[in-house]
Amino acid sequence: MRFHSVLTGAALAVAAVLPATGATLDDVRQRGVVHCGTAPNIPGYAFTDDKGERRGFDIDQCRAMAAAIFGDPTKIKLTPIGPRDAFASLATGGVDILTHRFTWTFNRDNGGGIEFVMPLFYDGQGFMVRKSLNVKSARELNGASVCMAQGTTTELNLADYFRSRNMRYSVVTFAEPDEARRAYDEGRCDAWSNDLGSLAARGLGLKNRADHVILPEAISKEPIGPVVRQGDSQWMHVARWTFAALIAAEELGVTQANVDEMKAKSENPEIKRLLGVGDDLGQKLGLKDDWAYQAIKAVGNYGEMFDRHLGPNTRLGLARGLNALWTNGGLLIAPPFR
Amino acid sequence: MTAAAQNQWMSERSAPLVPRGPLVWLRANLFSSPLNIALTVLSLAFLYLIVPPLLDWAVFDAAWRGSRIEDCPDREAACWVFVQARWPNLLYGSYPAPERWRIDLVFALGALGVALLMLPRVPRKGWIGAALLTAYPLLAFALLIGGVFGLRPVPTTEWGGLMLTVVAATWAIVTSIPLGLLLALGRRSPKRLTRWFCIGFIEFWRGVPLIAVLFLAVVMFPLFVPPGLEFDKLLRALVAFSLFNAAYMAEVFRGGLQSVPAGQYEAARAVGLGYFRMMAFVILPQAVRVSLPALVNTCIGIFKETTLILVIGLFDFLAAIQASMADPAWLAGEHVRTSGYVFAALGFWAFCYGMSRYSRYLERRI
Repeated sequence: MRFHSVLTGAALAVAAVLPATGATLDDVRQRGVVHCGTAPNIPGYAFTDDKGERRGFDIDQCRAMAAAIFGDPTKIKLTPIGPRDAFASLATGGVDILTHRFTWTFNRDNGGGIEFVMPLFYDGQGFMVRKSLNVKSARELNGASVCMAQGTTTELNLADYFRSRNMRYSVVTFAEPDEARRAYDEGRCDAWSNDLGSLAARGLGLKNRADHVILPEAISKEPIGPVVRQGDSQWMHVARWTFAALIAAEELGVTQANVDEMKAKSENPEIKRLLGVGDDLGQKLGLKDDWAYQAIKAVGNYGEMFDRHLGPNTRLGLARGLNALWTNGGLLIAPPFR
Repeated sequence: MTAAAQNQWMSERSAPLVPRGPLVWLRANLFSSPLNIALTVLSLAFLYLIVPPLLDWAVFDAAWRGSRIEDCPDREAACWVFVQARWPNLLYGSYPAPERWRIDLVFALGALGVALLMLPRVPRKGWIGAALLTAYPLLAFALLIGGVFGLRPVPTTEWGGLMLTVVAATWAIVTSIPLGLLLALGRRSPKRLTRWFCIGFIEFWRGVPLIAVLFLAVVMFPLFVPPGLEFDKLLRALVAFSLFNAAYMAEVFRGGLQSVPAGQYEAARAVGLGYFRMMAFVILPQAVRVSLPALVNTCIGIFKETTLILVIGLFDFLAAIQASMADPAWLAGEHVRTSGYVFAALGFWAFCYGMSRYSRYLERRI
């Protein structure tokens, strides 16, 4: 592991001294596909379906990019990369963008040859407990034993939370998130801690999910979003505004189903600008006028993308929570399209 | 003892009476001493505890029919429906469905060739072997990649599943054996330059973790070649596999070469054989025979280490199963994941055990 991180560091260092590889958008155009790095397997975010197709929330981000650039969401090349190799692969030009589950932090954003586009998913660390424990809040977990996976920020967050509130706790750590879940299920701990999204997804593996409840608090902030190479602001803007367009579309009520009608008939000036009717925002990005229309047509607006892979009607059953629009008490906001 | 005594005929005797039958066998093997009796009883009790629940889990209570998670209601039993639903993906990865006959054809031809080689009574094995090692790889490559004979091109990024595992393992095994043999001979060469080169090569590749080699081949390599010059990622990984395993093979062969007594070398020289004939007719036949168990050991290791190919972003057999487990449509209980992993283990076991049996067979024949 340590050897590996040395190599990663070396790759990043070499990449940093090499001359910038030029405009990613031009490369992508010439190649004819957007090259995205995704997680190999995370329920709801990146997985393989029964037909052998790659699907998920992260995959749809890549499809949106391809639609915005080429007008065709199938012009993508997906490379599954583990979290260890992802940044090095991006920095050395192996992929154009990471549509992965990486939390935006200071250290990742500075000095690694990469930068975060914007948060597209707000997660936080939470707890699951048995209903029979009759605990309603994380504040009542004084003296609890907690099962979790080791080697992440999860342990540090937990220590911060409990110490700052003068609460006692004990930790039982495991190498893999699913092992922590299994141990919790077998009764080794009072609570099980992980990202809330993971609790929802991996919790489906519990013997009887209905006996358990996820506590409402998030004890850490995890703004998660796509990552691009540092130093190519054109490409950064293509990515940022494509995703912003999906969020704006939800705010403006533009959906995959009605986007054609909206484009033809809407009199709302912001919708017209967004969909490239009588305006040329796309050209300023180096794209066609209908770039946002194509992206929405391909994957729907942000809410549709969320509902399709993570929302209440999926097996993950995540509530929008922090990922609701700012107008609904969430954190998602798109800068104005003007 | 005198010479006269040796010349006398011994009188005829019937064969000694050896009691036979299952009871005798049981007594001799399982109940010969109090310790053995205790061990036998313990083993039986252990089997009684393990086997019936295992059979219940894997066979009797398991879900065999259906296509969805709802068809696997029993969370305490295997969900083979999952494996069935994922079967094409596990075998072929994302290779386009209409083109999958090409993979079938390649493996059918390969299996046919190997079967012909293994059957004792087939004539002209030399020709079959030569075809398998020369024409067959070219044909297989052309069929899998496409772009010739009017076949649709299929980039290696769409390869995956068991097909990818078998292609990568076969390639690594078939290329690393001759390379390793050359390196082993070079390491024992009297020519200093050759020897040093081989020692350096072997020690370098044996000293680096394979995952680091793959990482270098995939992430670092593009930084050192002129931009625009692109080598296929899978090809880079396969070359890395070859070089890495050639170093291990070389040491296997060196062990075999060292086991051949010096007298054999001297005898070969004495009858006037040159270096190549000496090696081909006297030394190598003996050395390879001795090396065989270690050789197969390495081959089995190679087959299993192909799972590292996920590092270059391709889904091998194991990774394909893992990616399938992440499908929310199959998220429910532990039994789907367990079934997937058990199936992966069975798949790898089948291949590795096959190789091991073949080596036993070879050892008896040569």
